[in-house]
Amino acid sequence: MSIQVTNLTHIYEPGLPTESVALADVSFSIEDGQMVGIIGHTGSGKSTLLQHLNGLLKPTSGRIFIGDIDITSPEVSMVEIRKRIGLVFQYPEYQLFEETVAKDVAFGPKNLGLDEEEIQRRVESAIKLVGLSYEQVAEKSPFELSGGQKRRVAIAGVIAMEPEVLILDEPTAGLDPKAHKDVLKMIEEVHRATGNITILVSHNMADIAYLSDQVIVIDSGKLVTMGTPRQVFSQREKLEAVGLSAPPITQLTEELRSRGIVVSETILSVDTAAEEIAAWLKKNLEDKT
Amino acid sequence: MNKDYMITIENLTFRYGQDQAGAAAVDHVSLDFPRGSFTAILGRNGSGKSTLAKNLNGLLLPTEGVIYVDGYDTRDDDHVWDVRQRAGMVFQNPDNQLVSAIVEDDVAFGPENLGIDPKEIRQRVDKALESVNMGKFRKKPPHLLSGGQKQRIAIAGVVAMKPECIIFDEPTAMLDPKGRQEIMAIIKELHEEGITVLLITHFMEEAAEADRIVVMHDGKILLDGTPAEVFSHEETLKAASLDIPLAVELAGKLREKGIHVPAGIISKEEMVEFLCQYR
Repeated sequence: MSIQVTNLTHIYEPGLPTESVALADVSFSIEDGQMVGIIGHTGSGKSTLLQHLNGLLKPTSGRIFIGDIDITSPEVSMVEIRKRIGLVFQYPEYQLFEETVAKDVAFGPKNLGLDEEEIQRRVESAIKLVGLSYEQVAEKSPFELSGGQKRRVAIAGVIAMEPEVLILDEPTAGLDPKAHKDVLKMIEEVHRATGNITILVSHNMADIAYLSDQVIVIDSGKLVTMGTPRQVFSQREKLEAVGLSAPPITQLTEELRSRGIVVSETILSVDTAAEEIAAWLKKNLEDKT
Repeated sequence: MNKDYMITIENLTFRYGQDQAGAAAVDHVSLDFPRGSFTAILGRNGSGKSTLAKNLNGLLLPTEGVIYVDGYDTRDDDHVWDVRQRAGMVFQNPDNQLVSAIVEDDVAFGPENLGIDPKEIRQRVDKALESVNMGKFRKKPPHLLSGGQKQRIAIAGVVAMKPECIIFDEPTAMLDPKGRQEIMAIIKELHEEGITVLLITHFMEEAAEADRIVVMHDGKILLDGTPAEVFSHEETLKAASLDIPLAVELAGKLREKGIHVPAGIISKEEMVEFLCQYR
């Protein structure tokens, strides 16, 4: 399963004086099993792109193939798209509504018309996959849970649909540092367990660098660049021009480089930075003596 | 009650609703915030920090204990507007705080409710919008602005009330990196102009900019000190679901490798300066 987006253009209110181009000729492809990060400042067109990927919006022109199905085609039913693409919105816990966690997670699968046994299997497996204990939480009200747990339950509700592509919009926004790390680990775990394409939208460049195989940069509705985190975050000027920046650790090590401290280009982890700085310090002190 | 303090909290306990027997959201907390100080409040989700903040301007009233804002008891009905005018609040989601269809009307909303002379309101609105660098957006509808811009309008609305203290409750949580930087720059400017600032945040780097950090856990105060002091308690912070700033984390990893990094390096700039002396 792969995703092919070709010449995707979306114009809001075409022909009216308020006409605005939200996406302009965006093309990219995502290979099977990849984790892809999408970055761009507020209003860059990221959300419009996501809404196309799960069929909430139809493009003005262009096509989106998920596997061998063109989801922009009028013949493809919304149910078919929703089964394949799971979208977790920002602050998804605001959409929890059922009396119990198990019922809330079961809501999607029920609407797919699955039998009771299959629904139960999916609910148990989804709750486990997001790192919660089915026995402990299944009969609890979702509103008794902590912020991080609520978010996991909401994500489990989407995972229980067993989508072939999972899209997460700002999955760690507003969480405290521990819950933030836990949700990141959970995303990694779900991605590894399912082996599916996962698309992650985030303002947190450190998260994007850590999780993504490929990063897509969007600005003013256009695809600015796409590549590995290392390729993308090495393009400092290009990122700054679109109001973005590299992860904090990359900024710190680049600052060191510009001041004459010899470390590698585009360091993306604190561990690597510590190793290289320590090695430089030791070598520097030896040279001096 | 000491007049040098903008806010004095004496033994505050707060319980929600009828839950008189249950755990207190804020549990016997005493704190003072000196005039002109800049304090960051950290704590995991549910630690009681937002409940504390809402008690500071009378949105919630103490179950036990007393809070004085510039000498006014927040429980005193006759002075509720004195309290709110002195201690303004900015919340996480700017969309929940904007009420008008035009930016300058929105900023004027607070002063109008204070019954201020229209000429004076005009001046205050212009000045408040300038202070958040949004003067040229005065005639725009807020919904066409970015998240960071909307948050700046929300701040201008509070600034126009001429408060002596502003409480920011996770003001950058929903913003992109550029929006976050803009808001932090404005918070620092307001502090430099003499406003007492309380900043509730989940971002350790933002907390590092304050003069003082108070860490809350289970409704109580866990740590209280300068950023350098507080961030030296890495284990305590992690046990409270919190973290340390990047430079502190890097310093720790360098120390593990036998490099002597002095305590008190908490910002990126300080780390860069420290390392550059070995060139």
